[in-house]
Amino acid sequence: MNGNLLWVAFSTIVVKEVRRFTRIWVQTLIPPAITMTLYFIIFGNLVGSRIGEMDGFDYMQFIVPGLIMMSVITNSYGNVVSSFFGTKFQRNIEELLVAPVPNWVILAGYVIGGVARGLAVGFIVTLLSLFFTDLTLAHPFVTLSILFLTAVVFSLGGFINAIYANSFDDIAVVPTFILTPLTYLGGVFYSISLLPEFWQGVSQLNPILYMVNTFRYGILGVSDINVAFAFGMIMLFIAVLGGFSLHLLNTGKGIRS
Amino acid sequence: MELALQIRGLEKTYGNGFKALKGIDLDVKQGDFFALLGPNGAGKSTTLGIVTSLVNKTNGSVSVFGHNIDTDLTNAKLCMGIVPQEFNFNFFEKVEDIVVTQAGYYGIPSSIAKERAEHYLKSLGLWDKRDNRARQLSGGMKRRLMIARALVHNPKLLILDEPTAGVDIELRRSMWEFLTKINEEGTTIILTTHYLEEAESLCRNIAIIDQGEIIQNSSMKSLLAKLNNETFILDLDQDLKSLPDLDDLEARLVDEHTLEVDLPKGHGLNSVFTQLTAQKIAVLSMRNKANRLEELFVELVENKGAKL
Repeated sequence: MNGNLLWVAFSTIVVKEVRRFTRIWVQTLIPPAITMTLYFIIFGNLVGSRIGEMDGFDYMQFIVPGLIMMSVITNSYGNVVSSFFGTKFQRNIEELLVAPVPNWVILAGYVIGGVARGLAVGFIVTLLSLFFTDLTLAHPFVTLSILFLTAVVFSLGGFINAIYANSFDDIAVVPTFILTPLTYLGGVFYSISLLPEFWQGVSQLNPILYMVNTFRYGILGVSDINVAFAFGMIMLFIAVLGGFSLHLLNTGKGIRS
Repeated sequence: MELALQIRGLEKTYGNGFKALKGIDLDVKQGDFFALLGPNGAGKSTTLGIVTSLVNKTNGSVSVFGHNIDTDLTNAKLCMGIVPQEFNFNFFEKVEDIVVTQAGYYGIPSSIAKERAEHYLKSLGLWDKRDNRARQLSGGMKRRLMIARALVHNPKLLILDEPTAGVDIELRRSMWEFLTKINEEGTTIILTTHYLEEAESLCRNIAIIDQGEIIQNSSMKSLLAKLNNETFILDLDQDLKSLPDLDDLEARLVDEHTLEVDLPKGHGLNSVFTQLTAQKIAVLSMRNKANRLEELFVELVENKGAKL
């Protein structure tokens, strides 16, 4: 297939994916908006007013970047894992497998579909946060690029989860037992400087900490971690997860007999 | 003439050790209407799965219009359209979107894809349903949707794995007409089916596969010519109390006014009518009893082709 045909195939997958999550917007776009609004009201307003400042900002300002990032992570992951597993489950993955679409195009299409939902939810949550606090971008390029790259990382994670999943239970295990704890312990609600030194060291093993803090740096201009290191680590994650996803597709793991 | 499909030494052993294909060879000529028959679990779907790259082969080679699937899979895929046995589209998508999306996977831009989707959905009587979700279609409509989807990139080879399973007779016949038409227009068709009447009336060449081996591969005509007997059912205009005398022909009374006669190969019907007329028995109508291919199929599978 030449470049033009590849582009048509890629955009077809992306359009299909966007059409899917917008068709079921009540399940995909509304729940994170409601959940995050509750976080803003309860943790930001009610509890936050008693906490006072965190890293020099009022608590609402501090948690807004973390909550936006949390919604991007869970939705980009959730989109790809549920869509690709559903495609496997209904066997309409065969539509793609019999067509001359290279595996890297299939992967790119699903990942960009996940990124699209992650960013769409991130945008909605950002708009909602403006009802509770003022947001200014200290470093716009850092803010947007980390958002995009994080969505790519978790879309790839969702893709790998979907390939290995054999049942709907399997697609709930990773978000419940790995993703949610790592996100809550990734500095969304607190600065790791509050933790004893040992737990600060443990926290630095959590990749989500780097994503949340880099995003917070982009908005507020403060961070617990080295931003350049965070970007390097995220690029490494993308390379490793992307390479592994492609390997799984090439060997037909979970999709070819 | 170029081969639409060439299979050599194809083997498939599944992870559980089951050997589904034991080194089959198969040629399908361009423009052919080819039947691949076999009992359940014989290896038909595995063969087609390997050809369409849904199943990884263990050994052997497959070429589609000269494109080897190991070295030139993209061009091989561009030549093929597949209608699988099971419904495998997204049940929540609209009918037209399913066809247009499939065209997109082949790199066909949306404007052209929409024109082709309209053409095939109209040809298959689904245009009125284009805005319906796929799950709202009847079983027959779903089958036709899969045919429209398989044809949207204008493949030179159409592979149909039991396309008329569960489809009523009227609809089945309209699908036969459609398939005959596209075959006459140049599309090579490979068909698997359990309706042997379907294979007999549509296909020019046939292969029978059983337990992972090809046990028969010939033209339909030469295969049917191997039949030793044919049974005819005669509807009589009067009630018979006993079997009429028909020399050495095997005959049975099905009921008082229906006679069944076995005719050996090469034996004309004239002598039957002459003998019945002599006994003042008039025949109202006559029909062939069974699907001839069915008889052969059962015989071949039971005897692994040894007798033929």
